[in-house]
Amino acid sequence: MRVSDRIFGAIVILGSFIYVMAARGISKPFFADPLGPQAFPIGVGIVAAICGLVMVFSPDEEPNWPEMRSFLSILGSTILLITYAYVLKPMGFLVPTAIASAVISYQITPAPIRAVIYGLIISFGLFVLFKFALGLSLFAFPRDFFG
Amino acid sequence: MEILQNLQLGFSIALSPWTLMLAVAGCFIGTIVGALPGLGPSNGVAIMIPLTFSLSLDATSSLVLLTSIYYGAMYGGRISSILLNIPGDEPAMMTTLDGYPMAKAGRAADALVISGVASFVGALIATIGLAILAPALSRIAFEFGPGEYFALYLLAFCTLGGVASNNQAKAAFASCLGIAIAMVGLDPNSGTPRLTGGNLHLYDGIDFLVAIVGLFAVSEVFFFIESKGKSGATNVKVGKVRVPWRDIFEVRWVMLRSSILGFICGVLPGAGASLGSFMTYITEKGIAGEKGCFGTGVPKGVAAPEAGNNAAAGGALVPMLTLGVPGSGTTAVLLAVLVTLNVTPGPMLFVEEKEVVWGLIASLLIANFVLLAMNVPMVKVFVKILEVPPAALMPTVTMISMVGIFSLTGSYFDLILVVAFGVLGYVLRKMDIPTVPVILGILLGGKMEKSLRDAMVLSDGSAWGLIYTRPSDPTDLSMIASSLLVAAVLGFIAPMFLRRILRKPQRVAD
Repeated sequence: MRVSDRIFGAIVILGSFIYVMAARGISKPFFADPLGPQAFPIGVGIVAAICGLVMVFSPDEEPNWPEMRSFLSILGSTILLITYAYVLKPMGFLVPTAIASAVISYQITPAPIRAVIYGLIISFGLFVLFKFALGLSLFAFPRDFFG
Repeated sequence: MEILQNLQLGFSIALSPWTLMLAVAGCFIGTIVGALPGLGPSNGVAIMIPLTFSLSLDATSSLVLLTSIYYGAMYGGRISSILLNIPGDEPAMMTTLDGYPMAKAGRAADALVISGVASFVGALIATIGLAILAPALSRIAFEFGPGEYFALYLLAFCTLGGVASNNQAKAAFASCLGIAIAMVGLDPNSGTPRLTGGNLHLYDGIDFLVAIVGLFAVSEVFFFIESKGKSGATNVKVGKVRVPWRDIFEVRWVMLRSSILGFICGVLPGAGASLGSFMTYITEKGIAGEKGCFGTGVPKGVAAPEAGNNAAAGGALVPMLTLGVPGSGTTAVLLAVLVTLNVTPGPMLFVEEKEVVWGLIASLLIANFVLLAMNVPMVKVFVKILEVPPAALMPTVTMISMVGIFSLTGSYFDLILVVAFGVLGYVLRKMDIPTVPVILGILLGGKMEKSLRDAMVLSDGSAWGLIYTRPSDPTDLSMIASSLLVAAVLGFIAPMFLRRILRKPQRVAD
């Protein structure tokens, strides 16, 4: 069927089009060099669009996409890591890191008890490493927790 | 005998207790990182960068530490290639072709020793080559104006695709994607914001460390989640480690030839390490012919790619240091380190920062002997590393990546970008689109544009300024720029035709 490359190529063409449009909208400064700030990004966008065209018209073999369950696991981990990015500062280091490592560990090998143990060890170990060996300013717990 | 004086300067730095300790520590960490299944030189060095910065070392020390890790990972990578059939990165793939069959036939220890010695020969010859060639090349690099640099960057992007992917369109797209990302932020020439979508976080552009960690480290975690860590189990036992003198003696010419060939491949900007191991394996396979039984587990098939691979790793440092154009994924990572440390690679490096360059070269020479000691008699220690379960390793890699980036920038927005690049890397690798050109694009895109624009300023907007680079004499054709441009075009087109002849060997199935 070879649809993946065709779809991806189409996305590349669309993305390049948006990119070129955005590059055309870059405001021109008063004293510009002969080429200006727009030309190079526009050129790159056009080359990318040509690559997209090639992918649409001469696609490769279909890659092995993951089955639904693996796909959901990866999606879950992505959401987890984004949440981690938001809560790391307000929640302190230990709790979010332990939870995130345990969940990722469980996603790789579904052994719940071991995952929790790994999570605790990783969280505590990295805290000691980062805070005391490397001297980063990390907060173990939420700051207003202990005043 | 300028080179001896320089080496003396280098050794006076490298033999100071602190630098020596960093080199040994780097070798040790590097071998571990290389041996860990799923971590190779590029992603291993990538997650080490934030940690190194938080040690607040000076330029020489951090460079020595990270290049020792790089060399160490090149050595250690063969352990997981041979025993698990899992290459740590693209160049290590060729070692699995004969290494894994040899290990399955009960000669795992022999394969490890032979490849260790081959790595040593390759890396040693390459380091000597680096010491000789780099200063000479840096003198030529003084001739480079913006037109020449633009041609050089173009050459790097064009040749990279030939080996990094099976499809030129995909490789070229990867380069474009990287360059396109590099355009985001304030325009350095005029200060106008470009392509930021009004998001203030993007005014500084996208930090390439964020992209590297996401594309190399986090995407690997997603692959492990997909495969549920199944690939981690080893069923190969390593027996008593003895030195197979006869085999080593038999492959001596293979090692020498492969080291020289690998070094030459490594020096080519853009092509780098993957080309080195690929070319050496194919060449030795051709020389040995049908009788050579390549692919069934012969010592020559282990020695050739491993010597070539390590020689190319050293060779790739030549264009990285003299011209600022990396030859492989890992040297791209090292270039990122240099730039972050405010050391500008290029010909001036060899004049103004002699102690950085020669300290590095001397440390690499020392590191080689340390690595030989670690990787032949002590190889069993590192084999134990393979028993670390992916369920413990991968969460650690994720968290070190995330917290490392957070410690560098202190911004949650960069953490989200890391995850986004991780997802991007996963999709790209699934689609057989190489990720190294993306990194190279992000690193070099800005410089490529600047050299193009500067060339246009010099020639008053005429495109001929790219090859007639001397504004004082507009009829003087620049040989360097024009031959680089021709090489770029050939380097992009040639693989399309050669690919039918030189098909990449596929991985050995279990």
